[in-house]
Amino acid sequence: MTDLTRLTAAELAEKIRTKETSAVEVTQSHLDRINQVDSAVHAFLHIDTEGALGAARAVDDGIASGQPPASPLAGVPLALKDVLTTKGVPTTCGSKMLEGWVPPYDATVTARLRAAGVVILGKTNMDEFAMGSSTENSAYGPSRNPWDTDRIPGGSGGGSSTALAAFEAPLAIGTDTGGSIRQPGAVTGTVGVKPTYGGVSRYGLVAFSSSLDQAGPCARTVLDAALLHEVIGGHDPLDSTSIDAPVPPVVAAAREGASGDLTGVKIGVVTEFSGDGYQPGVLRSFEAAVETLRGMGAAIVEVSCPNFTYALPAYYLINPSECSSNLARFDAMRYGLRVDDDGTRSAEEVMAATREAGFGAEVKRRIMLGTYALSAGYYDAFYGQAQKVRTLITRDFDAAFGKVDVLVSPTTPTTAFKIGERVDDPMAMYLADLCTIPANLSGTPALSVPSGLSDEDGLPVGLQVMAPALQDQRMYRVAAAFEASQDGLVIDRVGELEVA
Amino acid sequence: MPNISRDEVAHLAKLARLAVTDDELDTFAGQLDTILSSVARVGEVAADDIPPTSHSVPLTNVFRADEVRQGLTQAEALAGAPAAEDGRFRVPRILGEEQ
Repeated sequence: MTDLTRLTAAELAEKIRTKETSAVEVTQSHLDRINQVDSAVHAFLHIDTEGALGAARAVDDGIASGQPPASPLAGVPLALKDVLTTKGVPTTCGSKMLEGWVPPYDATVTARLRAAGVVILGKTNMDEFAMGSSTENSAYGPSRNPWDTDRIPGGSGGGSSTALAAFEAPLAIGTDTGGSIRQPGAVTGTVGVKPTYGGVSRYGLVAFSSSLDQAGPCARTVLDAALLHEVIGGHDPLDSTSIDAPVPPVVAAAREGASGDLTGVKIGVVTEFSGDGYQPGVLRSFEAAVETLRGMGAAIVEVSCPNFTYALPAYYLINPSECSSNLARFDAMRYGLRVDDDGTRSAEEVMAATREAGFGAEVKRRIMLGTYALSAGYYDAFYGQAQKVRTLITRDFDAAFGKVDVLVSPTTPTTAFKIGERVDDPMAMYLADLCTIPANLSGTPALSVPSGLSDEDGLPVGLQVMAPALQDQRMYRVAAAFEASQDGLVIDRVGELEVA
Repeated sequence: MPNISRDEVAHLAKLARLAVTDDELDTFAGQLDTILSSVARVGEVAADDIPPTSHSVPLTNVFRADEVRQGLTQAEALAGAPAAEDGRFRVPRILGEEQ
């Protein structure tokens, strides 16, 4: 019998549609897999067995009564990052601040998944309020990389990447503020896509850095990510930053790319993303990937984006500034944690005690950094200057995309590092997002597709493909072509998990 | 170049409503100093004539028709509250003794 957990989302949807299997059977096999392996990898913070089976039954009932499927992914299970609200199902954002909170409404992404007949298995682990690159900042303990459970699965969306790489779910949702979809994808050998800013609604996405946050699809294949992108994408009147334009034709582009022909496509290699701090095996994998793209007919040119070297410092001013403002909402009054309310303390004292008890170290660091960067006397030199650098980075992208169709780089400077290795050194942790941050600052789309294993440690490496705003289909075409050129999927080379 | 003292961290924590401990003040003072010294590199860029970007897509006010729509019920809105009383959020006292 076929192991349903090893199939792609596209294959599963087809088997469900043709009644070769049922949505309930597919869902149950994934719930069984979660029960079997999640103790070893800790991808999930909450598993919604009843809700998932109920949603699967509804899909099966619709098929039995002859209705057309609600979407090309009807009946396929998915792991949802715990930063998106789910009505009636706990949403913690990986924080003690929201332990036990049950949202009274669905995020637009959640609502669209439900309407599409996608089966939500549960909520995935993440760095607290999406601040981190390893899931070690989760208040509920880290997730573990299925390639080596002593290593990080990336972050902040490490629960989602782990769920995919451990075959607990064929699809997942992440959110990417500085690389939180792409970096976890790269270090687990899975696909992660940050759409154009505004391409997927932020309504119900617990805000961290509002001008940077973007939800997007995670999967094991480029086509599956494209199918999910079209389900969750599109204009939403509930998000004033949502773009009122059609979703780019990403599924068609993924199918076109699978032919493996890139004749006529111009690809730029970003020269700033190499050198010191890059693992040699990662760079070798990247160089091989570029040669593969050339072999498929693409024209390769080197492109310099000089201001990208200032992306990381600009990001770590803009992001904490927005964070300090957004997280002011956790005030112990209307929802979430409240401590020390013994009748003798003022609201302000209770607020400060609650925020001290409810937030972890990284969240406190960023709130204080942002408070500093926005304060009188420092604003112009820090936040104001960072916003100007942001303009220059966008101009670098504009100039590059005047010459080439897409840009490529390694997704991350290194493969997955060991749990504990960088946890006491915030600057070292921040470097994990060196290559992914520019696309967040400019709002342009970018994805990570597996480019093989690093020759020195046997761990997955990601190839980042970046495209101009609203041209998401370009990166899907290139990524699908690259994926088709490989000898099978990288993730199929992962070893079996050892479960205690 | 920033040089963040322990007292400055204590002030930031107060502004941010974080009742940090003495141990945390020591740790954060060192870490914030390291991070701020590093990100201060943005100042190397000559950007006097460059307009700031607050947002990557142009933002305009979005209006909708002023129509009555179903929102949360009172019970739903209060369901996550740390404390509620008589259909309202119950909060600690707002004013100090001397006010």
